[in-house]
Amino acid sequence: MLSVNPRTDGFVVFDHVQKTYNGEDLVVKDLDLSIAKGEFLTMLGPSGSGKTTCLMMLAGFETATKGEIFLDGQPINSVPPHKRGIGMVFQNYALFPHMSVGENLSFPLEVRGMSKDAREAKIMRALDMVQMGKFANRRPAQLSGGQQQRIALARALVFDPALVLMDEPLGALDKQLREHMQFEIKRLHDELGITVVYVTHDQGEALTMSDRIAVFNDGRIQQIAPPATLYETPENLFVASFIGENNRLEGKVEEITDGRALIRLTSGEVIAATAVNVHRKGQRTVVSIRPERIEFKPEMMSDGAHTLDATVLEVVYMGDILRARLRVAGTDEFIMKYRNTIGQTRLEPGQTVRIGWHPADARALDPI
Amino acid sequence: MTEQAADRSPEIGGRALKRAMAKAQGRAKRRAVLLVAPLLLFILITFVAPIGQMLFRSVHNDGFSANMPALAAWFAENPEGTMPDEAAYAALATDLKMARENKTAGTVGTRINYEIGGTRSLFTSGARKAEDLKPPFARSVPEMDEDWADPQLWQVMRTASSAYTASFYLAALDLTRDADGHIVGVEEGRAVYVGLFFKTLWMSGLITVLCLILGYPVAHLLATLPLAKSNLLMILVLLPFWTSLLVRTTSWMVLLQEQGVINNTLVATGVLQDDNRLAMIYNQTGTIIAMVHILLPFMILPLYSVMRPIKPHYVRAARSLGATSWTAFRRVYLPQTVPGIGAGALLVFILAVGYYITPALVGGASGQLISNLIAYHMQDSLNWSMAAALAAILLAAVLVLYWLYDRLVGIDNLKLG
Ligand SMILES: Nc1ncnc2c1ncn2[C@@H]1O[C@H](COP(=O)(O)OP(=O)(O)OP(=O)(O)O)[C@@H](O)[C@H]1O
Ligand SMILES: [Mg+2]
Repeated sequence: MLSVNPRTDGFVVFDHVQKTYNGEDLVVKDLDLSIAKGEFLTMLGPSGSGKTTCLMMLAGFETATKGEIFLDGQPINSVPPHKRGIGMVFQNYALFPHMSVGENLSFPLEVRGMSKDAREAKIMRALDMVQMGKFANRRPAQLSGGQQQRIALARALVFDPALVLMDEPLGALDKQLREHMQFEIKRLHDELGITVVYVTHDQGEALTMSDRIAVFNDGRIQQIAPPATLYETPENLFVASFIGENNRLEGKVEEITDGRALIRLTSGEVIAATAVNVHRKGQRTVVSIRPERIEFKPEMMSDGAHTLDATVLEVVYMGDILRARLRVAGTDEFIMKYRNTIGQTRLEPGQTVRIGWHPADARALDPI
Repeated sequence: MTEQAADRSPEIGGRALKRAMAKAQGRAKRRAVLLVAPLLLFILITFVAPIGQMLFRSVHNDGFSANMPALAAWFAENPEGTMPDEAAYAALATDLKMARENKTAGTVGTRINYEIGGTRSLFTSGARKAEDLKPPFARSVPEMDEDWADPQLWQVMRTASSAYTASFYLAALDLTRDADGHIVGVEEGRAVYVGLFFKTLWMSGLITVLCLILGYPVAHLLATLPLAKSNLLMILVLLPFWTSLLVRTTSWMVLLQEQGVINNTLVATGVLQDDNRLAMIYNQTGTIIAMVHILLPFMILPLYSVMRPIKPHYVRAARSLGATSWTAFRRVYLPQTVPGIGAGALLVFILAVGYYITPALVGGASGQLISNLIAYHMQDSLNWSMAAALAAILLAAVLVLYWLYDRLVGIDNLKLG
């Protein structure tokens, strides 16, 4: 894990933060995280991995059991939430039901003692920003889910916070609306230059929106990296299987040189792979390969690529791609994805093919 | 051509359609009516009928008119303001004689006695002596007792000669008719009802406010505590419901009386002098303390049911937007609990306004409410019409409050559970 100098690094800094609710189980274990000004950082992870807890500590609704959180260089552990000036968007919007949209947006400005004229100008600007200018007099209950989400966003931005936290803000929306809102949030982030900490367990969302993604599991950050790095070079088995689809082949390290390894699979075949977390000959490991990096046409494979025999078990038509389930090296769950182009070879169940991949795409991850 | 089209069409239109629908739904409707019939009957018998009877009694009393027909006829013939003449006294003598025979002099006297104290004996003794009366009655009747010539008495008899009367309502509002039939206030010392009505209202208001102040934090605690703990607390809140009202009231007597636990403790610890003991019971204070305790659950439960679904997100959102915890409470939490406050306050207030047992037991002289006076008229003075009039005014006051609440808060905002 990177070690940080809280006074100089980053706009938001978690410095060895731990959190327990019951005094026994650590929900957040030794979190070190530095977020740069203007960055869009996503916390991604399965349910219960501690994402919301981190966000709540940052917002001031939970206190860190150990460690310190810095905002803009200042320790904020003892600063109450209303003095932190952090905008927040909740999953269920949390728009005040007894106030109109305009009053909702006016609230953060009123508590800051802003004059009526200044408030109105800001409210209109914020509403226009999310294309909801005509809705100032509606009640939240009279808005659709997507509209409520926009208002919640506008309310979190209306007082010009430098940092905005979003806890699964799009979780309740349907797919199309979600994609649209992802785009909107990203646009606002770019336009306003704010720092965003975004929590989701939708990996697609994380990949499309973020500057960096922190993958959480079991109270720890498993890997923190830009989306492409995370997807293409996962550092451990959890990250590889949590993000994107992933084929796993078990085997033993036969040879290892300069980060390249030869792995003898359980079924006897030998394949080449990039050694990530294995270091010694004889270690048992899992090799992970992305389904879309698998080739079955000989002309597409590099010279000397290790190939394996495969039997097609099933082909699923998915529109833009085809997804074939293969029997490879003793497993029936080996997935290959290939593009649905004109003249693409049609595979039929029962057919046998030889498959291969670039050794860089096969990653020998954790020893088991 | 249109006719042909209609003939061919298998559809039915207009009245036929309605008839078909009525036929189709008739069975289901009849069954529904049958199912609710027992409840309807029960409500009619136990609720609508008694209240109707009460309202009727408050304006109807035929104790005089039914038993003094001749005099009633004279009043009908002669307009208000006519001095009683020979015919009037003759009619009175006839009626008194008849009252003697029918043994109704007491009933008649009671009716008049409601409005002029001490007149019941005038009628009973008058009936006893009526046999011996000789014309001219205009002389002989007043000779029997000079009170018979009192113009006030004649005024009262005129009102009583009709079975329907507003005089109980007048009396309930501390008003009466003078000898000329004008509505005037009763003299200082005898005006009790209006004052008591207002006292009942403000004491109920005070009890409601106290219940709200005490109940709000408890309800909030109940709504935010984890389920296991809040269930325990809920049992404590509901415990009073499972204990007899008398037991609870009696325990307040034990605690609050002059030689009671609280006074003894205060004296023992030297806070109070022995001859300076606090009078906390058998007065207004006692009524308020005991009633707040008894009515508290009726405030807590509606508040709780409104608070439970309010997610902590709202207050958190307010805090993250820059509000102090007090502002967040005042502007975000409190407004969302208004339906519960309304429901609880209305419930407690209405219950308090009509409360009887507790003030009767611990209220002493100064802690009595209007309901105790209603009970007095039902049980002791046996003036049921008066009791009915007082109750009807109370009912009207509650309905007005209800209407006011609807105008101010909206009845759809009421949430009882
Ligand atoms: N207020 C609380 N009291 C006790 N335990 C809590 C509390 N809030 C969260 N936890 C526990 O802390 C752990 C992490 O919870 P957290 O809400 O941070 O997860 P998350 O990553 O946000 O999950 P999700 O994706 O489901 O929202 C969970 O095991 C949860 O049960
Ligand atoms: Mg969460």
